[in-house]
Amino acid sequence: MSASDKSKCESLLGSLSDYVDGSLSEDFCAELERHLAECQDCRVVVDTLRKTVYLYHENASEPAEVPDAVRERLFRCLNLDDYAKH
Amino acid sequence: MDENSEGFSLQALQAGDRAEFARLVDRYSGPIYRLALKMLGNSSDAEDVLQNTFLKAFQHLPAFEGRSSLSTWLYRIASNEALMLIRKRRREVNLADAEAEDEQDAEISAPVQLTDWCCLPEEEFLSDESQDLLNRAVQRLPERLRIVFILRDLQGLSIQEAGEALGLSETAVKTRLLRARLRLREDLSAYYAERLGERSKK
Repeated sequence: MSASDKSKCESLLGSLSDYVDGSLSEDFCAELERHLAECQDCRVVVDTLRKTVYLYHENASEPAEVPDAVRERLFRCLNLDDYAKH
Repeated sequence: MDENSEGFSLQALQAGDRAEFARLVDRYSGPIYRLALKMLGNSSDAEDVLQNTFLKAFQHLPAFEGRSSLSTWLYRIASNEALMLIRKRRREVNLADAEAEDEQDAEISAPVQLTDWCCLPEEEFLSDESQDLLNRAVQRLPERLRIVFILRDLQGLSIQEAGEALGLSETAVKTRLLRARLRLREDLSAYYAERLGERSKK
């Protein structure tokens, strides 16, 4: 990889998060994709970054629930005992 | 009904209506508890944050002006509670870390891990070890990055909502989110590159 390529990689690093979210502007997107077509390292970074974000989204996709005992203590401390029944 | 009150009667909440408040607690205690768990990494601290969040919410509801949605407002209280508890815990252990972390916040470091592990079979990502890895990697993030990542990627807030919850500009949220994701990518890559190597040996 040449020195100028390297600086291109660095300058595009800042837009990768927007890129994997699909919220990068069209111009930037085209520029980044032109670079990706010729830079294997950046392709790997983008693919593994996208996969990382995807794995966390999957990880958080179950409904967030409070264990019964925790809910009971929460209602008690808020003085909401009368409403504690589901 | 106000669009920011998300199906709740703000008037009843602000008048101290306990039934309406109980409904609010039931709707948001799950997400708030998860935020606290991911931030603090243990259930006892998470429970403290959960309780303090709703105690403060009840106390401050009369002053709620509806500039953000009710849920974003609750996330704001919870985020502050979690960060305060982390900083308090650290003072009990070691004074220096917070400053060092702030320094590191300053620039985006270039990627180090360059192995493509996306091709690993799905079962690798579903293992308990994988799930532990994801959790531990979040715990290792500096708290300023961790809270942004949790709000955006685990709780699904928009960039704008996360900014409102944390009192940050959208640009600051985006920069911290990028840093958090790149760090997590490094941690995950180090682990999965090794898994890839082990599989190819078989």
